[in-house]
Amino acid sequence: MNFDDTPQEAEFRKSVRAWLDANAPKQFEAGLRNSGFGHTALEGVDVMKASKDWQRKKYDAGWACLHWPKEYGGRGATPIERVIWQQEEGVYASLSSLFIIGHGMCGPTMMAFASEEHKQKFLPPLAAGENIWCQLFSEPAGGSDLAGLRTKAEKDGDDWIINGQKIWTSGAHYSDYGILITRTDPTVPKHKGLTMFFLDMRSPGIEIRPIKQVNGQSGFNEVYFTDVRIPDSQRLGKVGEGWSVSLTTLMNERLSIGAGMPTGFPELLDFCTRLETADGPAIDDRNVRSKLATWAVRTSGLKYTAFRSISALSKGETPGPENSIGKLVAGPTMQEIATFALDLQGEAGALLSPEHAAANARFQAMLLRSPATRVEGGTDEILRNIIAERVLGLPADIRVDKAVPFNQIPTKGR
Amino acid sequence: MEFDFSEDQKQLKDQARRFLEAKSSPKAVRVILEGPEPYDKALWKGLAEMGFMGTAIPEEFGGLGATYLELCVIAEELGRAVAPVPFSSSIFVAAELLMAAGTQAQKETYLPKLASGELIGCLALSEGVGNATPKTIQVQASSGKITGTKLPVLDGLAADFAVVAARTSAGTDAHGISLFIVDLKGAGVSRSDVETIDPTRKQASVTFNGAAGEPLGAAGEGWHILQKVLDRAAVLTAFEQLGGADRALEMARDYALDRMAFGRPIGSFQAVKHMLADMYVSATLARSNCYYGAWALSTDAAELGEAAATSRVCATQAYQHCAKNNIQVHGGMGFTWEFDCHLYYRRSNLLALSLGSLSVWEDKLIDRLRAKNAA
Ligand SMILES: Cc1cc2nc3c(=O)[nH]c(=O)nc-3n(C[C@H](O)[C@H](O)[C@H](O)COP(=O)(O)OP(=O)(O)OC[C@H]3O[C@@H](n4cnc5c(N)ncnc54)[C@H](O)[C@@H]3O)c2cc1C
Repeated sequence: MNFDDTPQEAEFRKSVRAWLDANAPKQFEAGLRNSGFGHTALEGVDVMKASKDWQRKKYDAGWACLHWPKEYGGRGATPIERVIWQQEEGVYASLSSLFIIGHGMCGPTMMAFASEEHKQKFLPPLAAGENIWCQLFSEPAGGSDLAGLRTKAEKDGDDWIINGQKIWTSGAHYSDYGILITRTDPTVPKHKGLTMFFLDMRSPGIEIRPIKQVNGQSGFNEVYFTDVRIPDSQRLGKVGEGWSVSLTTLMNERLSIGAGMPTGFPELLDFCTRLETADGPAIDDRNVRSKLATWAVRTSGLKYTAFRSISALSKGETPGPENSIGKLVAGPTMQEIATFALDLQGEAGALLSPEHAAANARFQAMLLRSPATRVEGGTDEILRNIIAERVLGLPADIRVDKAVPFNQIPTKGR
Repeated sequence: MEFDFSEDQKQLKDQARRFLEAKSSPKAVRVILEGPEPYDKALWKGLAEMGFMGTAIPEEFGGLGATYLELCVIAEELGRAVAPVPFSSSIFVAAELLMAAGTQAQKETYLPKLASGELIGCLALSEGVGNATPKTIQVQASSGKITGTKLPVLDGLAADFAVVAARTSAGTDAHGISLFIVDLKGAGVSRSDVETIDPTRKQASVTFNGAAGEPLGAAGEGWHILQKVLDRAAVLTAFEQLGGADRALEMARDYALDRMAFGRPIGSFQAVKHMLADMYVSATLARSNCYYGAWALSTDAAELGEAAATSRVCATQAYQHCAKNNIQVHGGMGFTWEFDCHLYYRRSNLLALSLGSLSVWEDKLIDRLRAKNAA
């Protein structure tokens, strides 16, 4: 039982540190540190440019997408080396958020299913941050029930013609490419008639409409397809096997192990220590302490759960299912913490501008962003289903539409 | 990073599990639950023969001199089996107090017998309702004679001696508290069984009437010593709680797969699935935090205080959560004396209170995090 690096790991960490020390964009460090969940404090900085520059620099030195093979722009690093990189990159990692979907999901899917020529052509610029990719999965009729999607792909010679609508596509408005799941056969049961493609987001017939979110930002979009052409060579996996391709993508989404997901606890502890109430610092209050303790142990539990997985990686083993609790714990905790921090601020908790609100308005930003964490990438309820079924071995939900041809599934209730 | 138990430690855990499944079956636990015996003597003897009590006691004092990691895995298995024995009182607390504060002669006298199970020790701290603080300790010691009543004393009927926290100087501050070893079979001691929520770990009311007390540690240092040792005991108890939480989750899962209602297993209803998923989350968080505690305990890390409170708070919450929902999943059956769910419900709530209740450990945790933050 120890947290020590093996000699090779220590050596690797040393070289990571040395490189970061010499190359990290230190001018952004303070701003990134003050940024909170749902808001950046990089004033007067073009975040897109800063992100792309940092990614390029990493790429040129061989520190981008570490675990990818070298020929596709990675470093061929082991999983544990990737974790060490993430630990050391620390605060600068938030400059990579534009690339998370591309690097975490689209890249691995391309790696598994694209032709060699396409891998050579598309993966290195993706690793370098030259291109941004998005994931066109969810639809109005297919979110948790992704296989209920309706966007049609019809064969026309060597091309496919796409018609339909995607929704909640993060970053579609600034993406260069995307992976797209479509329905190619509505006459078979819903999981069987799907096919996956990748496409140029500037293809004729694509219309992107930003959606305004609860927190006023517009990170995600509606994407409309009208007779968009995709060459058959950009198909990923076989016709009708899009579902299993999408599972590869989603598996990669869940596989990434960080240093534990953020919950907002350190920020809250700090806030409660500083906040003066009529009876002294808020942290001296029994009620405050009890709540802090609960959030403290959840946060620490996530950290050490990640360490258990990292430890397995270090031994060359596959981590157990323990990491599946991450988002399910972090999302609701962050929301509870934000609500409580506002409660401590009294009526002024409602203030949103950093000029008036306490703690640079970080808890207000957290309040308005945290509902999304509980929905994106699998809702809390879907995650509970997954734990119940795959970890605890309980029966799957009864699905009345599973064996029915897609075009015969009822679409209206009552 | 090797944030896990070693293969040898996992083997020891398996060995402990097999032994306890045979010797501390629910049937055996019920004998103590329903009968007059203060603890399961045959099980105690068996645990001693396995060498479990002496795990972390140094060889020079008759122990095996293994690490605390070995003791952690044993603690987890004891918890899983709701073992009706005074292991935690005697080993996690009494032996630790002796190792922390005993003279060489005291260690030589007591530790080998604690390691062999020949002697059982316990802690006599609380004096009625409320968590013990220097202020609540009214039992007096003057010229080595102890007077007053301790209630409740966990394993007070099973134990041969108690470490008693007593007031040696007037006032209410911590420096007026000293520790004494008192022979519970000696003159001036009377003890009686008290009814509790968990009769599988019997408790006593112990009255001292001028009983002879042998000082343990320096006068006035009692509270301080106790706090240090309670941190160590907290990690070990957290493992006991973790073992119980895991078992309660397993029982609930198994029942959910078996029990049919509305023509399908109840484990196919989302309300039940999600309840079980949440139990898994609690138990997983507790396990990860317990590993942190085990690391800190076994390396005497500067973080021990924080790690102990973290594992203790999290394991208390997890065990209570899993044990109560285990009953819920079992429906009416869960509320019967006949089903074993209540063994876990009782124990989870007993362990939540011993060594200081949840709020005490929440306070310690926040104090320690705050100090770390300020540093
Ligand atoms: C910030 C953000 C970014 C996103 N980015 C992307 C992206 O880049 N690409 C992309 O493809 N998608 C993206 N999504 C979409 C996201 O994956 C879906 O919103 C999510 O899967 C839920 O689907 P839904 O919105 O259709 O909700 P629904 O599926 O309609 O769910 C509504 C409610 O019903 C519950 N529910 C549904 N099914 C079940 C069930 N079987 N059991 C129990 N409860 C159930 C849900 O838990 C939820 O509470 C993003 C979402 C958000 C919030």
